[in-house]
Amino acid sequence: MSTTTVAAPLTNSLTAGKLPKYSAVVVLLASWLVTAAVFLIVQLAGISTSFNVAGTLFFGTVLYCIAIYLLSYFVEGVRKAKDRLVTALVTAAFVIALLPLVSLVATTVINGLPAFLTPTFFTSSQRNVVGAGGGALHAVIGTLFITGLATVISVPIGLLSAIYLTEYGRGRLARAITFFVDVMTGIPSIVAGLFAFALFSLLFSDPGIRFGFGGAISLSVLMIPVVVRSSEEMLKLVPNELREAAYALGVPKWLTILKVVLPTSLAGIVTGIMISISRVIGETAPLLIISGFTASMNYDLFKDRMMTLPVFVYTQYANQGTDTQAYLDRAWAGALTLILIVMLLNAIARLIAKLFSPKLGR
Amino acid sequence: MTTTVARDSIRAPQRAGDRVFSTATVVAGSLILAVLAAVAAFLLVQSLPAFVATPADFNGDAANFWAYVWPLAFGTLWSAFLALLIAIPLAIGIALFISHYAPRKLAQGLGYIIDLLAAVPSVVFGLWGIGVLAPLLQPFYTSLVEWFGWIPLFAGPVSGTGRTILTVSIVLAVMVLPIITAICREIFLQTPVLYEEASLALGATRWEMIAMAVLPFGRSGIISASMLGLGRALGETMAVAMVLSPSPQVIFQLLTSQNPTTIAANIALNFPEAHGTGVNILLATGLVLFVITLAVNMVARVIINRRKAFSGAN
Repeated sequence: MSTTTVAAPLTNSLTAGKLPKYSAVVVLLASWLVTAAVFLIVQLAGISTSFNVAGTLFFGTVLYCIAIYLLSYFVEGVRKAKDRLVTALVTAAFVIALLPLVSLVATTVINGLPAFLTPTFFTSSQRNVVGAGGGALHAVIGTLFITGLATVISVPIGLLSAIYLTEYGRGRLARAITFFVDVMTGIPSIVAGLFAFALFSLLFSDPGIRFGFGGAISLSVLMIPVVVRSSEEMLKLVPNELREAAYALGVPKWLTILKVVLPTSLAGIVTGIMISISRVIGETAPLLIISGFTASMNYDLFKDRMMTLPVFVYTQYANQGTDTQAYLDRAWAGALTLILIVMLLNAIARLIAKLFSPKLGR
Repeated sequence: MTTTVARDSIRAPQRAGDRVFSTATVVAGSLILAVLAAVAAFLLVQSLPAFVATPADFNGDAANFWAYVWPLAFGTLWSAFLALLIAIPLAIGIALFISHYAPRKLAQGLGYIIDLLAAVPSVVFGLWGIGVLAPLLQPFYTSLVEWFGWIPLFAGPVSGTGRTILTVSIVLAVMVLPIITAICREIFLQTPVLYEEASLALGATRWEMIAMAVLPFGRSGIISASMLGLGRALGETMAVAMVLSPSPQVIFQLLTSQNPTTIAANIALNFPEAHGTGVNILLATGLVLFVITLAVNMVARVIINRRKAFSGAN
């Protein structure tokens, strides 16, 4: 396709038997116009009441695939025709994937803003609230506490394991850890919650145990493998020359790691940690099981049920009271808050990675 | 001038700091293995009562644990299978678009946009599925049943709410899409440029180049990416729990209001109210789910690792 784009003289055998460059765009617009005309006729005939935009774009794109294939088949031959068809399909696949993302973000913002903007949403809990009003402060606090504790547990374990894998690990143990860390990334989140529940209900012999600490433990199970994987990748990027230079100066290995390897890869590690936090902060299922839900504030991780944002969204949706709209509004507002937090974490992570990554001289 | 230094004297001195530090890292690493073992062990211990539970302990009319868990396991596998059926072709298309079709400068940004899908919490997907997707698809389902009802999969009566297993599978497909896409993209980018240039130089079109050089090279990568996606789809909880209107039974129809539910969704819906042996039964179904996903993930990782060994990637 792109091989013969030289400005052609009057007759050029190289571009003979080829569709002109603009043909794809023209055919696409033409097929949209044709389907738009068809749908307009349908509307004027009174079969449907409104103009079907989605249908126009969808069937227009299908028509484009057929039209460009046939056109190219008769002008350029079957091989080129197939190539054009695949190009159209691959591009369509990408656009299709964008649709749910756009729709999801748009719906969340539109449905979430009304309750999100009420002054009480971030200043009060749901205690004694029936119907409209109230807020999600208890859920925000719970999410911060539980995710914070999960981070405090996961980061040292994950980071030390990553150091073991890159700096010390040889042989069978290292291979086993690498393998099972990868396997652990695939543990369903609800299984992590069940694990925490099974563990603590045995330990405290309380068959109905619910508390925030258990939620932090279950989130750690999900978070540790992500931290290990990302930190390991970052530590591997540290050039060996730096380590060798430190050894040559007589620096002990542990000091080399602490003072040379870790500072060099710090930006990448922090980025990885931020991204792993954004992964677990939206987890609902494990917290629903081990931390439970409540309408009141709870600042004690080791006692009583503790609300979190994802569970807040779920319970507002699942246990709608008589004023259905108020509950739905709060659910969407909670979802909006969650998405904002996750996006913010991701953005900060990328910013850190961009600003502080070591310049490796390339 | 011959200095005969004894072997022992040039060995590095063992410092206390070194020993503490290396021990700490070994302990942390081993802790991960211990946690995985503990997950299996505690689930197993807590689910033992479920295997000897009497019919009275089960919701519904299951005679024993296996009769109870079978429809759930079926629903889990069936919804994950449908989700992958939708997601894999799309993901390969997207990955090809990003790696071989999109302009170079845009490619990374486009990949980041797809990755954003992975960052959306599953509970938000659940809200979206039930608030937007299900009502949107319901009229489409109605006409599908009208026209294609003679195909057993699309047999009626159509669900009035759109909360069917097909809607769930579409939501699941959207959720696993970024995982499969990310891995496929990496693998496609690793195709040796020489292969690609050679086939282009021989006169291949772009699609022929992809079919002859990129896809054969990435085949095992696509398989393992799909299996990782499968693992995610099997364990996904909230989206299924919120979107599906469940009735635990083995049923293949996609569009009716009778839908098989999944293990994870069943646990999430019933756990808050469960007590006594009911809790143990739910824990036991969780163990079944854990074993299934563990097996899927291990197979996927073995395939990835084997491929890594001969391609020299990483």
